[in-house]
Amino acid sequence: MVDYSVGKTKMNKLSERTKMWRKILVIAGLIPGALFAGFPIVWMFSNSFKSNSEIFAYPPKFLAKHLSFNAYTSIFSDPEKIRFFINSYGIALAVTVLTLLVSIPAAFTFSRYNFKFKKVLNGVIISLQSIPPITLMIPYFALIVKLRMYNTYQGLILTYMVFTLPYAIIMLTGYFNTLPRELDEAVKIDGGSAMTALWRILVPISIPGIVTVGIYNFMICWNEFLFALTLTKTNEMRTVPVGIQLLMGQHAYKWNEMMSMSVLGCLPVLVLFLFFQRYFIGGLTSGSVKN
Amino acid sequence: MTSPALQQKLKRQTKLKRRIEPFVYLSPTITLLLVLMVIPVALVIRYSFFDNVIMNEFPKFVGLHNYLVVLQDPTFQIAVKNTIWFTLGSVIAHLVLGLCFSLLLNSPAIGMITKSIFRMIYILPWIFTVAIVAILWRMILDPVGVLNYWLIKLGLIHTGVQWLSSPKTALLAVIVINIWAGYPFYMMSLLAGIQGISKDLYEAARVDGANWVQTFLNITLPQLKPIILSMSVLDIIWTSQQFAMVWMTTGGGPITSTQMIGIYTYQQAFGRYEFALASTSAVLLLVASIIFSVVYGRLQRRQD
Repeated sequence: MVDYSVGKTKMNKLSERTKMWRKILVIAGLIPGALFAGFPIVWMFSNSFKSNSEIFAYPPKFLAKHLSFNAYTSIFSDPEKIRFFINSYGIALAVTVLTLLVSIPAAFTFSRYNFKFKKVLNGVIISLQSIPPITLMIPYFALIVKLRMYNTYQGLILTYMVFTLPYAIIMLTGYFNTLPRELDEAVKIDGGSAMTALWRILVPISIPGIVTVGIYNFMICWNEFLFALTLTKTNEMRTVPVGIQLLMGQHAYKWNEMMSMSVLGCLPVLVLFLFFQRYFIGGLTSGSVKN
Repeated sequence: MTSPALQQKLKRQTKLKRRIEPFVYLSPTITLLLVLMVIPVALVIRYSFFDNVIMNEFPKFVGLHNYLVVLQDPTFQIAVKNTIWFTLGSVIAHLVLGLCFSLLLNSPAIGMITKSIFRMIYILPWIFTVAIVAILWRMILDPVGVLNYWLIKLGLIHTGVQWLSSPKTALLAVIVINIWAGYPFYMMSLLAGIQGISKDLYEAARVDGANWVQTFLNITLPQLKPIILSMSVLDIIWTSQQFAMVWMTTGGGPITSTQMIGIYTYQQAFGRYEFALASTSAVLLLVASIIFSVVYGRLQRRQD
């Protein structure tokens, strides 16, 4: 007994030292990766507060000599650029709300009913996710022009919903499947309809799942580029990603303005991410990892 | 539980209602997906068999002619080759980085707070929209940009390299950008996978006196295999479709050094108004994606 405990303290001392070394090694391994991941972002923030001439200063400076907000004020004073943001917010919010309104009953149906073509329909929805957007670009262009929705919000909103719906339905079906059927049976016994059960009982307790789906939808719309580029024509219909690309093409490169525009462009997603990190990661990994 | 009368009533209701109800709830979804997914896919396939669609009001059926033109187009062949390199480079690097980072982030040697701070930094690239990613890296990779400054300082190069505008380095540069933007997705999935591995397996390995290399090769890697496989197939599907990032950094150039199938399709359509040829290359991309999705489906089913 005594021998054993002595041996154990020795072991502990040894492992204390190995633990220290391990910790140092792991952190030494993590730092280069963190630089690779984080530097471009830090650089973006830092450059957005510089004057244009300082951005390519030699040697490069991390902090501007005089913190300059010129790049930001010039964006906020340009109605055309503000319009990019209004468009992006409006479209992303509209798509998020509409997608949830359409996908919640659909997911409820997949979760609670057995009906003809259920498997086929489910298979179609899953496989739709693998259709390359660039493949849809040409027929959409033709279709949206024909429907007289070229260069309109409706055109973009409808288009984006096609990309947000499949994921939303799959995610929410999975979520509803985890909720006991007794919940909606109870409502029916009290004389309520299936829709009452869904909106009054299931939806309120599914808020975490709905938030995950909502954030994901918002991100898809906020980041979308190809269709915003091909289905709109005038600057007053452009969204932030296309706006940033337009800045790249315009006049002499105003790098500080492009950087401040990028900071403002990533802010909504960054804020969502910082507040809802858990939901983000849940939504990110649920597609590929099964419990 | 319930009275017989009520049960009778429920039964009668369910008979008819339960058959119609699902389709009522699904009707908006079905309508949207039919109009905006099924019809467009049918349209693009149809376009690929016709002569100069959209621009011409009465296009002629030309059979497989467009396919012959596209497949024999040297630019398309270069695009396919570049797409394959781009996809291979990105997917392998995503996998290696994702695996390294997730193992480091899961190490028991560091505390919870350190872990969550590093994890947050490591996920950051994922939340940036492609337009911002493109412009950010154009600034960093600029001939007088910050990367060249450091490389010269370290003595690795003598003069600033034009990473994105030299035919020799452009493809490598867009691959690096794509690696940066895409690895967090792998990392998070693998992290979730690692955390799902039973602790008993590691305990057994420790008792057997296995070192960490053996533990990694005999426990971690085999346990992660299904996730690694399905993530790689998903990544192949997504990366081979890449358009926006390349379009905004190099536009497919210089000359054809970063030409890819997505860029080729866009240029045929909106650069040269050859919508039939664009549709043809779009259909070819679709076929490749479908093949990989079938593989993905198989892998997923095997996981279940």
